[in-house]
Amino acid sequence: MAEDWRAGGFGLYVHWPFCEAKCPYCDFNSHVVQGVDQDRWAAALAREVGRVAETTKGRVLGSIFFGGGTPSLMLPETVARVLDAARQSWIWANDIEITLEANPRSVEAGRFRAHAAAGVNRVSLGVQALRDADLKRLGRLHDVREARAALDVARDVFSRVSADLIYARQDQSLTDWEAELQAFLDLGLDHLSLYQLTLEPGTAFWDRAQAGGLRGLPEEDLAADLFELTQEMCDAAGYRAYEVSNHARDGAESRHNLVYWRYGDWAGIGPGAHGRLTQDGLRHATEAWSMPMRWLEAAEAGSGDRRLERLTARDMAGEYLMMGLRLTEGIEVARARGLCDAALPERDLEDLLDFGLIWQADGRIGTTPRGRLMLNRVVARLMPGD
Amino acid sequence: MTTPLSHIRNFSIVAHIDHGKSTLADRLIQSTHTVADRDMKNQLLDAMDIERERGITIKANTVRIDYVAQDGEHYVLNLIDTPGHVDFAYEVSRSMRAVEGSLLVVDATQGVEAQTLANVYTAIEADHEIVPVLNKIDLPAAEPERVAEQIEDVIGIDASDACLISAKTGVGIPDVLEAIVKRLPPPHSGDPDAPLKAMLVDSWYDSYLGVVVLIRVMDGVLKKGDNIRMMQTGAKYGVDKLGVFRPAMQDVKELGPGEIGFFTGSIKQVRDTRVGDTITHEKKGATTPLPGFKPSIPVVFCGLFPVDSAEFEDLRDAIEKLALNDASFSFEMETSAALGFGFRCGFLGLLHLEVIRDRIEREYDIDLITTAPSVVYHVYMKDGEMRELHNPADMPDPSKIDHIEEPRIKATILVPDEFLGDVLKLCQDRRGLQLDLTYAGSRAMAVYDLPLNEVVFDFYDRLKSVTKGYASFDYQMEGYREDNLVKMQVLVNDEPVDALSTMVHRDRAETRGRAMCEKLKDLIPRQMFKIPIQAAIGGKVIARETLSALRKDVTAKCYGGDATRKKKLLEKQKAGKKKMRQFGKVDIPQEAFISALKMDG
Repeated sequence: MAEDWRAGGFGLYVHWPFCEAKCPYCDFNSHVVQGVDQDRWAAALAREVGRVAETTKGRVLGSIFFGGGTPSLMLPETVARVLDAARQSWIWANDIEITLEANPRSVEAGRFRAHAAAGVNRVSLGVQALRDADLKRLGRLHDVREARAALDVARDVFSRVSADLIYARQDQSLTDWEAELQAFLDLGLDHLSLYQLTLEPGTAFWDRAQAGGLRGLPEEDLAADLFELTQEMCDAAGYRAYEVSNHARDGAESRHNLVYWRYGDWAGIGPGAHGRLTQDGLRHATEAWSMPMRWLEAAEAGSGDRRLERLTARDMAGEYLMMGLRLTEGIEVARARGLCDAALPERDLEDLLDFGLIWQADGRIGTTPRGRLMLNRVVARLMPGD
Repeated sequence: MTTPLSHIRNFSIVAHIDHGKSTLADRLIQSTHTVADRDMKNQLLDAMDIERERGITIKANTVRIDYVAQDGEHYVLNLIDTPGHVDFAYEVSRSMRAVEGSLLVVDATQGVEAQTLANVYTAIEADHEIVPVLNKIDLPAAEPERVAEQIEDVIGIDASDACLISAKTGVGIPDVLEAIVKRLPPPHSGDPDAPLKAMLVDSWYDSYLGVVVLIRVMDGVLKKGDNIRMMQTGAKYGVDKLGVFRPAMQDVKELGPGEIGFFTGSIKQVRDTRVGDTITHEKKGATTPLPGFKPSIPVVFCGLFPVDSAEFEDLRDAIEKLALNDASFSFEMETSAALGFGFRCGFLGLLHLEVIRDRIEREYDIDLITTAPSVVYHVYMKDGEMRELHNPADMPDPSKIDHIEEPRIKATILVPDEFLGDVLKLCQDRRGLQLDLTYAGSRAMAVYDLPLNEVVFDFYDRLKSVTKGYASFDYQMEGYREDNLVKMQVLVNDEPVDALSTMVHRDRAETRGRAMCEKLKDLIPRQMFKIPIQAAIGGKVIARETLSALRKDVTAKCYGGDATRKKKLLEKQKAGKKKMRQFGKVDIPQEAFISALKMDG
């Protein structure tokens, strides 16, 4: 029988933990450091690629994703060395997708051509807002004019371009967002990530909200209306919602992110990176040291990982549900129950069908538009309990 | 050697809360050197934390004071300090039966209060001589003449030679001691050679000694080592320890007529003793008992549930221990779909309920949910049977009910003129019938016949708020009367929530139902679908609210690096469901019920 991960594919995630400035909403593993020794980092990342490849020999690699932090701060040579290592480690799919997350600034746009030459074929630009005042509130270093210019360069250089926006921002009305999203759709990109602003513990926004600041964030009803408006407008413009926050023209979906959502295997390297790797038929979670220097020294000494944990049947089924139900295509019932027979309790399935929160067809279940907005509840009901 | 009757004075103190009863008791004890100065602490007789904290006396306490009067004679003064609150009216009345006189303490800055009235009438009923004592005369606001006049007007006793004192500074205390000797009578009769007759005044549990029995000897002499018999229960015990309170226990060899003291005799629980029983010798005992007391019976019932269901056994343990020492408190196990396992408990009144609840929470460290208090209804069935209803959940099929009677009280409210209108309106709203309305100085005294169930439902709080705390209130039970009473159910998602069922008057059902539905709508978190919240009588819905469906609970971003942490959050969300109570397909957090049940809400 084929190993479960094959249903989702195999990808490589590379984490570059450095930023020029920390954004107040961001809870990713990012650090503001001057004078990074990129040569040393390139060597360590390449070495880690080689280490992970030892345990996943003979696999076909479908995607590579440079995330961060701000990976567009990586020198093209650094990117090239990691890609070289990956090329030597695995067989690449013909249409391998190699994505780089980038800030839409002139400095970075100036390097796009060299990144493309190194092998990057898709960029994901953190535009975040098309209003200067809001970009300032979000702590971004670019303005709208600079972002538009960077998008132009990116579309010239890369065959595939995605951009992110953050909405449900402070004091944002439905009509405000409608105008802003329309302007964004009018850019004609092939992939859009539209995230509602979320306060995460450990961020500056969180602290401010705890202290009573950060007023004017939308209440539940407005947030739901904003979400629904987003779906309608994207649909009308030909950007199908294939995931909770991701919209794409047909065929332009992020293949790398689909590996996560279809619960394939992925190698995660770089500080704080998580991976899911099947070895000897058993799926494992890996986690790398998150402090950059700690990771660097560990990677140079043999392995950047601090944790390797075998996942239980419940873990796997829970993760498959949590990831898979984010997708419009939903999940396979037999696959979920094959991972753990306590998944998808019949009674809860019936209730959720009754409530109109999920659909069931052709051996799959997925969320209805209303159910997608209530995904946490749906997943909590369907995941195996203890 | 027992004390001759002529040199014994037994008395109690009647006072409103905060009028200085405990301070006066302290001063009497102190000025007669009954307690060494170094052992003196405030409110010596109030042993429980709750008593000291709330400034109330819950259990009767006793102290024997030796006093050399101005006539040079040695006297024995026995003070029984009684509870002042109406909930403990039975304790007051039986304590008063054990003594011959009372000090009536009135705050000279405040005047007579409703509670004072009730207790002073109890003293008069017990044939007490009464010595008025005006306290706090050191305060600038004191108006002793006006208050003395008020005592004469309202209570109808002579206050012309009231003692003027300040229990705080000690002024006038010698006069009080002399008045006790000169103006209060000695015990009326008592024959040391007659068969033993001692009144069982009170009893409580002591973890070292077992049950301690407080007695007043009427006839005969009780000695250590005697074998005694309780005339009502027939139980027999040996007297292991005999003594008096000073206020610490002090052993004595014997207690004679007119004396007050205690004994122990390997009695296991307070329930084995019956207050008002007559104690006599096992052999050659008395043939006719003393007239007994009515036993105190619970009038207010509520459910007590542990917030954490794992603490149920701890709660059982706490309740059983408290019941050992409080025969007036009843309990039985109860289960509720909303609240899990708990106990249905009966109390003498709301204060009694609060005291027991506080003690469980404090002394046993258990967080409690208290359901809405209910009174005891008499449900008359068509077949002629009468059923006592302690819990609305146990209401019989209405088609088999002939009629329902509810307990009524006679409430006395003293209130400054300016608030009278609000007080009358409040009593009216609570289905009160005015019995009397008189004035004493600038204060009005309103007497109402009220249903007890309207009083247990936030009446105190409302009274306090409409009178800015200036009203005083007291009541006594008046018996049962028929009225149009119905059981109101609350339904969440069409399922009845037993813990929220209440008995209400038909005319007030809509208002109460609407208030409850609105409150629940605010308290129950939105669910995956919309939920009707209804109040109903029988099958008929009288109030309805709709809780709209939750619309959004979704994580915006979830990528490879988020899998571990976000899955943990969802697992937590799933586990949180266990603390919820399920009503059909609705999960309601227990806190929603707790808030809905808050009595002062």
